[in-house]
Amino acid sequence: MLRHARGSLWSVYFKTRVPDHRTGLRRWSSMHRAVPPVISVTPSRALVDETFRVAVQNLPPGSPVTLHSLHRSEDEDLWEAFGHYVSDSRGTVSVADDFSFGGTYTGKEAMGLLWSMSPVPGSREGLRLRKKNVCIPQLVNISVYGGHVEEGFGERLPLASTLTERWHLGPGVRRIEISERGVRGTLFIPPGPGPFPGMLDMWGGGGGLLEYRSALLASHGYASLALEYFTAGELKSADKEFSYFETAFNIVREHPQVIPDRVGLFGLSLGSLMASYLAAESSVIEPRCCVCVSGGHLYPRGANLQQLFRAYSSHSHKLRVDEHNREIWRSINLPIPEDLSQKLDVGKINCPMLLVNGIDDQNWPTVECAEDMAHMMRAAGKEHLLTRIEYPDAGHLIEPPYSPHSRATKFIKDGVTVILLWGGQTKPHADAQEDSWRNILAFLQKHLYCTQNPKAKM
Amino acid sequence: FGLWSTKMFQEKKRCCVKLSVHPSRGLMDEKFTVLVQNVLPGFQLTVYAFYKCEGGYSWEAFAHYTASATGAVNVSEDPSRGGTYSGVEPMGLMWSLRPVPGSKSGLRMRKMNVQTPMEVTISVYQGHLTEGFVDQVPLAAVVVERWYMAPGVRRIPITEGGLTATLFLPSGPGPFPGLLDLWGGGGKLVEYRAALLASHGIAAMALDYLTPQITKETGKMVDYEYFEAAYRVLEQHPQILGSRIAMLGLSFGTSVTLRMAVYSQVIKLRCAVCISGSHVQPIDGSHLFVFSLLSFFSNADKTRFNEEQHVIWRDLLMPIPTDASLKVDVGRLRCPLLLVVGEDDQNWPSYESAMDEMMQRAGNEHLLTVLSYPNAGHLIEPPFTPSARASAFKTISNTPQTVMVLWGGEPVAHSVAQEDSWRKTLVFLRVNLYGGSQPGAKMKNLL
Repeated sequence: MLRHARGSLWSVYFKTRVPDHRTGLRRWSSMHRAVPPVISVTPSRALVDETFRVAVQNLPPGSPVTLHSLHRSEDEDLWEAFGHYVSDSRGTVSVADDFSFGGTYTGKEAMGLLWSMSPVPGSREGLRLRKKNVCIPQLVNISVYGGHVEEGFGERLPLASTLTERWHLGPGVRRIEISERGVRGTLFIPPGPGPFPGMLDMWGGGGGLLEYRSALLASHGYASLALEYFTAGELKSADKEFSYFETAFNIVREHPQVIPDRVGLFGLSLGSLMASYLAAESSVIEPRCCVCVSGGHLYPRGANLQQLFRAYSSHSHKLRVDEHNREIWRSINLPIPEDLSQKLDVGKINCPMLLVNGIDDQNWPTVECAEDMAHMMRAAGKEHLLTRIEYPDAGHLIEPPYSPHSRATKFIKDGVTVILLWGGQTKPHADAQEDSWRNILAFLQKHLYCTQNPKAKM
Repeated sequence: FGLWSTKMFQEKKRCCVKLSVHPSRGLMDEKFTVLVQNVLPGFQLTVYAFYKCEGGYSWEAFAHYTASATGAVNVSEDPSRGGTYSGVEPMGLMWSLRPVPGSKSGLRMRKMNVQTPMEVTISVYQGHLTEGFVDQVPLAAVVVERWYMAPGVRRIPITEGGLTATLFLPSGPGPFPGLLDLWGGGGKLVEYRAALLASHGIAAMALDYLTPQITKETGKMVDYEYFEAAYRVLEQHPQILGSRIAMLGLSFGTSVTLRMAVYSQVIKLRCAVCISGSHVQPIDGSHLFVFSLLSFFSNADKTRFNEEQHVIWRDLLMPIPTDASLKVDVGRLRCPLLLVVGEDDQNWPSYESAMDEMMQRAGNEHLLTVLSYPNAGHLIEPPFTPSARASAFKTISNTPQTVMVLWGGEPVAHSVAQEDSWRKTLVFLRVNLYGGSQPGAKMKNLL
């Protein structure tokens, strides 16, 4: 069924515009050049964090054209991006080498057709693009239109079009649903005999089970468990004790294909806070290293998750909204308290920590927290364990590269749908995602894969 | 304690090795890069490829490498010191695949279901191994997918007009140039080359003309009308450019291509590609030519055998006749023609046929390009799959029999021929089908 669905995707996207036998194509072909240009995407199938080269050939020299990308999400929303180009003297356009003069991105941007995507005009508000089923790829249509088009792509026929597949799951990666010892999640194991370094992967306050980052980490050689620790949209119901996270960590550590002393933690937002908590406070587990994206250390000592959220709620009078009624949460926990009992004792951390934050984070004061964490770790003589990377004009949701940036999206808070402001500007945020992912993979390679030869390239 | 520490040592060593193949999902004619990292400098290792084909047979290839000073092996750049290939061979792990020891003889690797990828497991073993791979645990292993269909290519079975065919349309609105794709005397509907051509922007139709449904039902071989019907499906398709249609034939398919290109009143080709075939065939004005060709090509007196009792059929058409009624009058061709021949072809005298002077005498030599490959055999196919010097072949006749046919070709030279000829075939098709309004002239300077 999948193969059929993929093959018919062209007609799904362009339902009203594929010429059929009744109306005949001759009319169209007389309006176009006899032989259309040829568009190619190389590689046509790739992991989501791999770059591609988009090229058009067989155009008339010096023609203005628009390169356009289109994706229909699993929620049935349409996302698009486009760039304006002029073909060279040989009639070719190469996105990786040429300048975009306008559109959703400008300049020389090989991957602009992906990271600058946004919902098409008329879409629902507050959308966020997240892959749910990692066993099938994201399908993106890449087309070339004549002229410099700004809008109405849906009503035009492109000169040429091709489909590219973007995968979170590499070939041979195994997906195992975990429901044991009370822990729910999905474990991804790389292909091969192993054993492999492991990872416990935690997302943030939106809840639910999101597999895509773990699938991608497994495609890079890490046995990674995507952990569900509360139901989607029900933050207030999160009542897991920390033993839940410790058990999840042990499930990874005890897997026959995982190297027991090389298991790390990866968290974003609330998940990052959980990771820092475990690194600082757990007497049961010893993470080898920790990646904390857009997180913090504000945590009343001795509190469980329920008490943590009550503490945050008590500050909710500090909540601000912007002119579009989007909630800005960063001020809720500012200023960073001096009172140590309100913060994790990060001085107790004994493993390397990588903190990745966006300076324009409107959801959490992550940079201020990082600054304070560095201060506390310095005081404890642990500063050498800490690496901080901060990106100007990047927001809260720093995800694997080339995924579109959403400055504000819907979020279910107390059963009510609100719009949260995450922050960040599209281009700097995209750069932050690309650069941070490269740094994250290098950090994990260094701490979880041994390098016997110091001269070996990473 | 000794065993335990050995296991720990091996586990520790295993955990270091990083193996990657890029792209992990590629087209069958794309090259990949196999990289081994994080081993000690000078470390001896074996890179191993394993594939279980659709028929359930196991195939393997392997090569011996020594890690560089930076503790890495790059298969695209480093020399193999032994195995199923040697020297610097980026795709050796694919074209040198062979059935594992103990397999049935006469196997030939052909993917019949093009909608799923070929899944090859690439592993790295410690030391220079030549056998017993199954009994050892590799240091690392990855899976690579190799596809005949690019994303968005559409596969459309064609049964109208009594045809047994499959049309592959490239992704996009089109319109696209078209191509009729013909295999040889083994019959069946073989789709993989047409699927790959569609992945390169050509609407290609794979046509079964020896064992189609209509022949199975009526017992009659097809005639001109069958090929003309197939051509018309292409010509009239709303997403195909009727004035830009090519034919590509291999072996017996070449006989059909040349016959149609010269004598059909309906089929007007923009260009033609003929691989491992000949223009020698009886020309008698009859449209029931497939049947008569099959008879013409079954002259048992001229069949020879090699020491292994493999059948050599190249002499059936030798010497190339001087009698014009026994050859397609290729001098009458008005479109560019690309001939691809292997000089070690033991099945057809394709090289000798290519050297025949008919085109020259007719004054349209400028339309002809010949690619001739020393030590290449008969089955010149798209690159990076293994070729067989001989394989089991089931004849098409009233009393079909399976024989071991000698195709010829030395593996390295044959794989070079496949890679080079495919690349040049794609250029030839691109220039003639996508190029300017005049059909292209001689291709020599572009190839």
